Amino acid sequence: MADIVADPSRVEPGRWRALIGPELAVVAVGLLAAIVFPDDLGFITRINILSIFTLSIALVVGQAGIGTLGQAALFGAGSYAAALWALHVSAEPFSGLLVGALAGAGVAAASGLLILRTRGLTLIMLSIAFAQVLLEIANKAAFVTGGDDGLADIPVNPILGAVAFDFHGRVGFCYTLAALVVVYFCLRRLIASPFGLTCRGIKGDRLRMRAIGAPVVRHLLCVYAIGGAVAGIAGALSAQTTQVVGLGNLGFELSAEGLVMLSIGGVGHLAGALLGVPTFMIVRHVTATINPYHWLLVIGVLLVVTVLFLPGGLYGMVDKWRRRAGQGGS
Amino acid sequence: MTLFASILIDGMAYAMILFMITVGLSITLGLMHVVNMAHGAFAMLGGFAAVELMSRLGLRFEPALVIAVLATALVSVPIERVVISRIYGRPELDQALLTIGLAFVAIALVNLWLGASFSSIDLPARLSGPVDLGFRSFPRHRVAVIVLGCAISVALWLFIGRSRFGIRLRAAVDNPGIAESVGINTTLLYSMTFAIGAGLAALGGIAGAELLPMEANYPIKYMVLFLAVVAVGGQGTLFGTFLAALLLGVVDTASKYLLPDLASISFYLTMLVALALRPQGLLGRKDAA
Repeated sequence: MADIVADPSRVEPGRWRALIGPELAVVAVGLLAAIVFPDDLGFITRINILSIFTLSIALVVGQAGIGTLGQAALFGAGSYAAALWALHVSAEPFSGLLVGALAGAGVAAASGLLILRTRGLTLIMLSIAFAQVLLEIANKAAFVTGGDDGLADIPVNPILGAVAFDFHGRVGFCYTLAALVVVYFCLRRLIASPFGLTCRGIKGDRLRMRAIGAPVVRHLLCVYAIGGAVAGIAGALSAQTTQVVGLGNLGFELSAEGLVMLSIGGVGHLAGALLGVPTFMIVRHVTATINPYHWLLVIGVLLVVTVLFLPGGLYGMVDKWRRRAGQGGS
Repeated sequence: MTLFASILIDGMAYAMILFMITVGLSITLGLMHVVNMAHGAFAMLGGFAAVELMSRLGLRFEPALVIAVLATALVSVPIERVVISRIYGRPELDQALLTIGLAFVAIALVNLWLGASFSSIDLPARLSGPVDLGFRSFPRHRVAVIVLGCAISVALWLFIGRSRFGIRLRAAVDNPGIAESVGINTTLLYSMTFAIGAGLAALGGIAGAELLPMEANYPIKYMVLFLAVVAVGGQGTLFGTFLAALLLGVVDTASKYLLPDLASISFYLTMLVALALRPQGLLGRKDAA
């Protein structure tokens, strides 16, 4: 029950550090990484996008307790919608993000009507099945989605008509980092609100929340749709920065990876997504170049160790150190 | 008519394999409430053990099968005791993540041991080739698998329904606390049930190697398939699992014959509809949903 308390980062008037401190930290780390590794901007951009995607899982799974393994359906919906919008309607990037967010939210709301009435294994399997059906539809509807080949050469206009995407990916990096910071800020505000508190209440005990009058399924549908919008934005960013969209954007692996990254970082906190994604991606980058099966061994052991010995993930570990340091200092 | 018979025989054989592999998963889920994503690893372990026993030690098929099944059951005991038992009562998400981690470890170890290639199990002459069933001839292997699957189902039904172990098992599924307080050793019960489930998975893996070929990626590749059977059947029910395996096995086989393009989508749609109509599974209890 420990997590059903108001978020400690709740805004107090005049505390600018509590208001945007974590976002500033994200910007600082992102820029530092970009300056130290200027040749890996594509990789860092991918981390930014997956961080947004994993934030959506942190909201849905970590805050509301919806144990889904189908979040890639929403990411994929966003990326296909943004790609089709850019190819057929307008290549303006912000409108593409909006379309991606709407597509993600729409698919989430539609699937949520079915999925959110269940729980446990049934919910997991329904979310997987829904994502797989969507994947198959995208695969078969080749005249719209390009089928197995996907969609390529997605056009993107300059941002605000002024800043064009460059070959080195500098603009793509800044664009995704900005999106990450905005999404992170909004989600932090959201979970600190009474809405977020109700989410954690439902996660803690559905029955009691219903007993005190909370509209449980409607509330879950709402948070799932918001999560869908965030995942859709991540998908749209992926479509715009890589300029290709493939079936992998809808695949089960992406859903599972997102959840794994979140659990390594810490499920119960949004910051868990921001710690887990870079850790996972860097460890994979290093080990998978040696042998892809070594990578599986590493990630497998990491998962077992995290669940058994680090229930709060990396965030929990950092938090514990911070508190201990705080006690020692005072 | 010939097509219909082929679908029926192949679908039934496929269903029996799914049943053998997943029944242990369903029962452990009903008993210990652990979502074991690594269950398929036991099927793979059994399959590869049989392959190795036959190719390296030159054993015949039958003794290799028996040894592989027993060895898998034996190996599962320390895994349950040391790792899985630590997550009893933890949130489903933790259980799913830990067991996916175990599945990854199993894949990586098997790959280090045997490489990433496919392995086939050479069937003895008695089990390969066609068999005449009066109106048509069918692959002998399929018929043998169906007979084996039915025999296992009946044996399990009698075992769980009649034996002292089965009575304890059902008591512990209904209420573990009270079962323990009337003197049932639930720790031992959990280990034994887990081992039996792992052994059956190994048997299913070996028997089904023609349909679900052995490879290092086996546990992840078929994870959704196995979990689908359990979810559709309703956790902890023998007959629910049997019916779900039959439904999904026959639907999958039929759509592969009739609509090869839409085979995958029809499998997932069947699962979607079944779970939408009965979230607790075909024969699951309401409170399990």
